[in-house]
Amino acid sequence: MGSAPVSDPVYVSDTVTTTVKILVVGHFAVGKTTFVGTLSEIRPLRTEETMTRAGELVDDLAGAPDKTTTTVAMDFGRLTLSESLVLYLFGAPGQKRFTRLWEDMLHGALGALVLADTRRLDHSFDIMGLLEEHGVPYAVAVNHFEGAPVFPEADIREALDLLPETPLVTCDAREATSSAGALISLVEYLQTRTPGER
Amino acid sequence: MTPPRPGRDRGLVRPYVVTEGRAHPTRNTVDLVTLVMAVRNRPLSGLNPEKRRVMELCGGGALSVAEVAAHLSLAVSVTKVLLCDLIDSGHLTARPPVPKAQRPDAQLLQEVLHGLRSRF
Repeated sequence: MGSAPVSDPVYVSDTVTTTVKILVVGHFAVGKTTFVGTLSEIRPLRTEETMTRAGELVDDLAGAPDKTTTTVAMDFGRLTLSESLVLYLFGAPGQKRFTRLWEDMLHGALGALVLADTRRLDHSFDIMGLLEEHGVPYAVAVNHFEGAPVFPEADIREALDLLPETPLVTCDAREATSSAGALISLVEYLQTRTPGER
Repeated sequence: MTPPRPGRDRGLVRPYVVTEGRAHPTRNTVDLVTLVMAVRNRPLSGLNPEKRRVMELCGGGALSVAEVAAHLSLAVSVTKVLLCDLIDSGHLTARPPVPKAQRPDAQLLQEVLHGLRSRF
């Protein structure tokens, strides 16, 4: 079955005219894939991109066998929000070296939700820095893990050096209402940054 | 993290063979969330096997560029090259995503918010 799709496609409704994307970012094992899977209406999909260390895919063509290549995966899901609007959620690693992948994802994204783990708050710095560099607005959602320490909000804000206006919420990535709540906080924040009339 | 699924091994053909050596698509308006769909009754003669697979997949309805890449186990960059060729040759049409480098307008954000609130 060489020509069959790897997985059964679930098509987007014919009435959809607009697609938007929100990124779900965070360090390794912070729950990005779980978050995307919890909210997605399709079984989450994965795409992969092979990068050379320089992030230049063209280099691959030169056929240098000793080039270091890395495969970066992003998991994504889909959520139909109305007859005409579909939201895609892209979960991706935040390593700086994957610049090309990042630029592809950041392009046109409404914003990003940074998932954080109170046991490893410092692991989120790179990602937040990257989003700031690219001017992508974000909210932070602390994903609740069993047994992880619970800190007062003010302490987490201080540890992450958040701007006063940056939303900070807690969520359980395994739970739909809780995860949707984190996205809602992000979109509400995006609204405050957008002029009402154009 | 999800372990790689069986049967998703890379093909025998290196990625850029299927794109005839090109690493960049013919247009830069195609985004991960651009929707593509097949134009009916276009002849498939002259298309390479990868493009035929794309046409077979897209014949069923609209999918985003990212979904096409995932369903066919192709890298996003390779998929974009293939899709742009097929748009150029009139085999596919695209529904562009929100224009780039432009702040989303208040109405769009309101729609997103409303959709999220009503679904959960």
